[in-house]
Amino acid sequence: MVRLLYFARLREDLGCAEETIELPPGVDTVAGLRAHLMARGSAWRQGLAQGRALQVAVNQDMAQPGTPVKPGDEVAFFPPVTGG
Amino acid sequence: MTVRVQTEDFDAGAEIARLRQGNAKVGAVAAFIGVARDVNDGESVATLTLEHYPGMTERALEGIAAEARARWRLIDVLVIHRVGELKPTDQIVIVAVASANRGEAFAACEFIMDYLKTRAPFWKKERTPQGTRWVESRSSDGEAAGRWDPPKADMA
Repeated sequence: MVRLLYFARLREDLGCAEETIELPPGVDTVAGLRAHLMARGSAWRQGLAQGRALQVAVNQDMAQPGTPVKPGDEVAFFPPVTGG
Repeated sequence: MTVRVQTEDFDAGAEIARLRQGNAKVGAVAAFIGVARDVNDGESVATLTLEHYPGMTERALEGIAAEARARWRLIDVLVIHRVGELKPTDQIVIVAVASANRGEAFAACEFIMDYLKTRAPFWKKERTPQGTRWVESRSSDGEAAGRWDPPKADMA
């Protein structure tokens, strides 16, 4: 199982703040997980579209498309940050 | 080193005084305070709501403060960032750096703010007369953070 978190505009667009899912076979990177989630339907396809500026963190560290994802991880998707 | 994320306001004067209290090695304290404005991108702003990623935000701020301490000789670092609903004139963030000399305090304070703007997971949502909107990240913030990158090494 992996814990998925969504923040800010993305949370609103997806209508989901947090969920726990089983990693499908063959999904073992951030890019793979993003593609898997995009297959859920139009809100997900648009929210996570490749052209959209999106940041991903794995276990609370900033991640890249190739960053590994494994059971037990916490993966967060969010728009570029705007604090300060 | 102190990092806090909180809904409550902070007393900037008291926080800065505490940072150098009783420490005769401190010759300089540089502080930055970010404040909520009543206008952004040409529209008046009634409220500003700050969202964060509990856990990661604190870790990111601690990492940025540690990076500053690795780059400059600092005596202490303070970062307090507020979350929740704020209104114009409210304080949002304070970064204060104590060091022996001003150069390092100024540089480290600016570095921490530049990295905070691009690497710490906070998001701002504004309420304007037209409704609510998420604040977009600015490319100028990325450029400001990029100033602190190490010089590119020559290709071997």
